[in-house]
Amino acid sequence: MAQKVLMKGNEAIAEAAINAGCLYYFGYPITPQTEISEYLAKRMPKVGGLCLQAESEVSAINMTLGAAAAGSRAMTSSSSPGISLKSEGISYIAGSDLPCLIVNVQRGGPGLGGIQPSQSDYYQATRGVGHGDLRLIVLAPSSVQEMASLTAEAFDLADTYRMPAMLLADGALGQMMEPVDFSLFEKREVPEKAWAANGHGGKRKKNIINSLYIDPQELEDSILARYKRYAEVEEKEVKYEEFMTDDADIVLVAFGITARICKSAITAARADGIKVGLLRPITLWPYPKKILNSIAGRAKALLTVEMNMGQMVDDVRLAANGQCPVHLYTRTGGMIPSVDEVENKIREIAASL
Amino acid sequence: MGALTFENRVVVVCGHYGSGKTNLAVNLAVRAAESGGRVYLADVDIVNPYFRAADAVSMMEKAGVTPLIPEFANSNVDIPALPPRLSSLISGGDGRIFIDVGGDDGAVVLGRYASLIRDAGYDMICVVNMYRPLTAEPRDAISVMREIEACSGLRCTGIVNNSNLGRETTAEDFIASFDFARECGRLAELPVLAHSYMERYAGAIDPSLLAGGEALLNMEQATKELF
Repeated sequence: MAQKVLMKGNEAIAEAAINAGCLYYFGYPITPQTEISEYLAKRMPKVGGLCLQAESEVSAINMTLGAAAAGSRAMTSSSSPGISLKSEGISYIAGSDLPCLIVNVQRGGPGLGGIQPSQSDYYQATRGVGHGDLRLIVLAPSSVQEMASLTAEAFDLADTYRMPAMLLADGALGQMMEPVDFSLFEKREVPEKAWAANGHGGKRKKNIINSLYIDPQELEDSILARYKRYAEVEEKEVKYEEFMTDDADIVLVAFGITARICKSAITAARADGIKVGLLRPITLWPYPKKILNSIAGRAKALLTVEMNMGQMVDDVRLAANGQCPVHLYTRTGGMIPSVDEVENKIREIAASL
Repeated sequence: MGALTFENRVVVVCGHYGSGKTNLAVNLAVRAAESGGRVYLADVDIVNPYFRAADAVSMMEKAGVTPLIPEFANSNVDIPALPPRLSSLISGGDGRIFIDVGGDDGAVVLGRYASLIRDAGYDMICVVNMYRPLTAEPRDAISVMREIEACSGLRCTGIVNNSNLGRETTAEDFIASFDFARECGRLAELPVLAHSYMERYAGAIDPSLLAGGEALLNMEQATKELF
């Protein structure tokens, strides 16, 4: 592959997965992420991998569980309503301490919703995908390059901490085309999968992958051990980008596609002397609480911009901890906020300071 | 260097996913409208729900192009509906029609119009972009073209080189794609009709690099600005 190639966001995820050594993909079509399946259907046979269209989202996630349990890098992808269907399997994967990648290219909801882009699965991704005490590592790309690089990163993180990771994108990122450079990725060392149920050949003790515990004490112990790993993730794996925050009176907080719109609005507002910047969380869990807390301590106001009715704003308010007012601007239902709308909101807040 | 012209009233624009068919079709239609006569642009892309000709409706109307877009384009109705007037305009139309087709086997939709298009007489251009990873090799680009021909029941008549890296394309990237396009033409036994470029790096293009019969095509009308 040439140094730089022009790809759709969905294709970049698919190619990056192959690059990261993922040879098992289980999917079921749904707009706006079907290009992931289409691309892998063409590419997987050429690299000795498997792209399988399952009979439903439910079977696709359970096939992902099976491949992950055998120690392979495995991936499934869907869009919002399909992720709801996968949520039972995701809980089983978390309860079985299995690493895998789940991609959600979000569209509008609730219900069948719509096919246009949205960020309204923030709560689902960071709080409620699947029952029980569990976390997913949630990564939010903001460009086609990041669709690729964070896919690679998600596999490494999942393997390192033996937990599922989610790439939380949206339809706009999935469909738009930008250049991608696959030579820019950093690969990290990941531990051997000595736990994998991949056949012991009579040479070692058998490995069992399980999420059922008869004894409640045993279940509590297993959850406590898992939460120790979660604490380590929160300590070490927070990722974010700061954009013009140093002298900013107003700091916007936005992730994914919305962060790009905010950057354009910030550049326009800066031209008129308004001191405004952006904090872009790249990991939505673990959330960049510390940096946001410190920004809230020196800024005069925060403005959260989201493509939903205001979900991440809860995390912003928790992190800001009352140090400054937290404003909110949202569009939802598949509507994308325009640069002008965000810029007007910035001007409105600036006038009130 | 000549301009890109077409013998027939019906011009079909097809190619690999994301090779730039929609941009190209819109540009060709706007250019044709500038030189007079009625011009239609028909969006028959039933594969891609985002970033399609329907995004450029108001721009095309201003430029004198009549867009024929599926009634439900850009809404939440995720069904492969086709523009209703297209059949009659192909067979008994009063103007030039550019048909913007979905990528790869999305061209299967052409099968429904194939006999009308054949009867009317047509040009069919295959758009190639060497910076798209699955068609980075000429043989892969041409195998996609053959797949399109097989599922549409129509034959391509020429190749347009639309190799680009989006907003990051440089004059060097553009010029580096000429050999790729010519190899595509050689494999397909079709002429390379044009190389498309952006105004931004137009100054750095040396016209003597063009082979006989190859035109340069300015892609000034982008269909949708990114964020």
